[in-house]
Amino acid sequence: MGRITYREALRQALRQEMRRDSSVFLLGEDIGKCWGGAFKVTEGLAEEFGDERVRDTPISESTIIGAGVGAAITGMRPVAEIMFGDLSALAMDQIANQAAKIRYMFGGQASCPLVIRTPFGAGVNIASHHSQSLEAWFMHVPGLQVAVPSTPYDAKGLLATAIRGNNPVFFCEHKLLYPIEGEVPEEEYTVPFGVADVKRKGSDVTVVATMYMVHKALKAAAALENEGVNVEVIDPRTLTPLDKKTIIDSVKKTGRMVVVSEDCKTAGVSAEIASIVAEEAIDYLDSAIKRVTAADTPIPFSPPLEQYIIPNEQTIIKAIKEIL
Amino acid sequence: MTFPLSKAQRVQMLRKMLEIRFFEEKVFELYGQNLVPGTIHLYAGEEAVAVGVCSSLRQDDYITSTHRGHGHCIAKGAELKRIMAEILGKKTGYCKGKGGSMHIADFAVGMLGATAVVGAGLPIAVGAGLSAKLKKTDQVTACFFGEGASNQGTFHESLNLASAWLLPVVFVCENNLYAMGTRQSRIMNIENISERAAAYGINGECLDGNDVLAVFDASQKAVNLARNGGGPSLIECKTYRRRGHSRVDPAKYRPKEEVEAWLAKDPIKWFKQTLLADGTLSPAETQSLELEVADEVEQAVKFALESPYPAPEEALDDVYG
Repeated sequence: MGRITYREALRQALRQEMRRDSSVFLLGEDIGKCWGGAFKVTEGLAEEFGDERVRDTPISESTIIGAGVGAAITGMRPVAEIMFGDLSALAMDQIANQAAKIRYMFGGQASCPLVIRTPFGAGVNIASHHSQSLEAWFMHVPGLQVAVPSTPYDAKGLLATAIRGNNPVFFCEHKLLYPIEGEVPEEEYTVPFGVADVKRKGSDVTVVATMYMVHKALKAAAALENEGVNVEVIDPRTLTPLDKKTIIDSVKKTGRMVVVSEDCKTAGVSAEIASIVAEEAIDYLDSAIKRVTAADTPIPFSPPLEQYIIPNEQTIIKAIKEIL
Repeated sequence: MTFPLSKAQRVQMLRKMLEIRFFEEKVFELYGQNLVPGTIHLYAGEEAVAVGVCSSLRQDDYITSTHRGHGHCIAKGAELKRIMAEILGKKTGYCKGKGGSMHIADFAVGMLGATAVVGAGLPIAVGAGLSAKLKKTDQVTACFFGEGASNQGTFHESLNLASAWLLPVVFVCENNLYAMGTRQSRIMNIENISERAAAYGINGECLDGNDVLAVFDASQKAVNLARNGGGPSLIECKTYRRRGHSRVDPAKYRPKEEVEAWLAKDPIKWFKQTLLADGTLSPAETQSLELEVADEVEQAVKFALESPYPAPEEALDDVYG
């Protein structure tokens, strides 16, 4: 066990999976020797595995994913990187109509074990085309799995699970998580999909948070502890499949829920989680469900504008206090 | 011909073309009897393309296909009865009734499936080519698409990438002159899609897509190049569909003279005459071949009609593995 960053944890998973299984290969823009990935996740891998298995591609998102699909249905395990999550829009047909549906529409004849890694998230002032959180788009496509790791430990274990599985996985990373450090075993391990992690135990209110918002929620919980409020923080870790049971069990205990997510409010991650609880556990609720999300706007550039629309410790604390 | 064909091979090619023609005519007939749910895009008239190309492939080679895909399936060796069952939405179909006419696949014969999004099969073919290259097999992928798809961004992306990585892919453009109802000349300033090959530094050939021998020859050359590490090629086959774009389309946008001229160049009629003229087949042999194929198609229809529908709750299976 050592302390490494989220970025290094992802790289360790890629390296270990590539060593373990020769059908695993990487493709994406500037992921090779010259750059090592825009966020350096793949740095050093081309040196170890060569250009054939760490493939720099042209700027052709649709064909990066489509080539991944074609390779996946013919026996390979590609891991494609889309440099920024926003650019997944360019590849949407291949992700949503092809990768996601190939198993189903061909009656189970084919598997598409393709992993698509991409960073989402605001906070580094790169405006509307490089900062969105679009996880919900992919939750809405049956056939895709959606992973949203918040810690280095989860990042490594979930990525290994994604690569070893037989479904297409949309693997969401967050720019602000890359430098975050945490304890990570050096050896191979997997973190199962569909199993939430209780990041902090509590009894007064359930906070369900994803990705970078997990860390903001934990800070809010620590601050509230001084005021005698006991917050439970749940990280679903994968949105598809979603561990409804852990969330509902927590709500049964606390009777209150706040959902914190960096995507937009309308038809977003928080909307889905709130509806599940409303549908399946409303009798256990002692107050309305609160959602703390980004505003329903594109992501603005100027720092005060950007900060204003993204959830923070204070907005989370405020939402919790409103339902206590 | 650069690549001579044995008598048996030539007869087999005619047989496959007849299978496609009779199959499609039967699908049209069943459609008229309200037995085919949804829509259909018939391959009749374009048989020489699928058969010419697939005759140059091995069984372990791959193809990708389109919404107009029945002919590709048949040419690659899929079973008529399971294709027909799929078109009728039956449990015994290749996709257990989940795909239908526009999404038939038979992975056992390298038919990687039909995608109904125009242009979406090209990147997937690139990936299948990449897979063969990485696994160091010598499998080739043939990618069928229409001239309409050549205006999608995926055409550019895919030909560029396949060329840059020297992937074993043969891009086969089935140019039937119309993207649904839009004539090529109204939306493109070039006549031959094959000219675009120059932009990717690969070979481009334009040929009579109703001449199965010409298609086979060009395809065999491209397949050999791909198999030997020479990278992709683009083959444009000029052809024509006998019927409209889909079931609801009487194709009134096509001038009568144009339709008549193309029907006169019917690929099956031409090939049959060729085989009769060069003594490959006698009239009696031709007739018995036609009867055999017609019977095979009848058997496929019988199988499909007698097959059960899937249980409704099977709709929930196969989303994840």
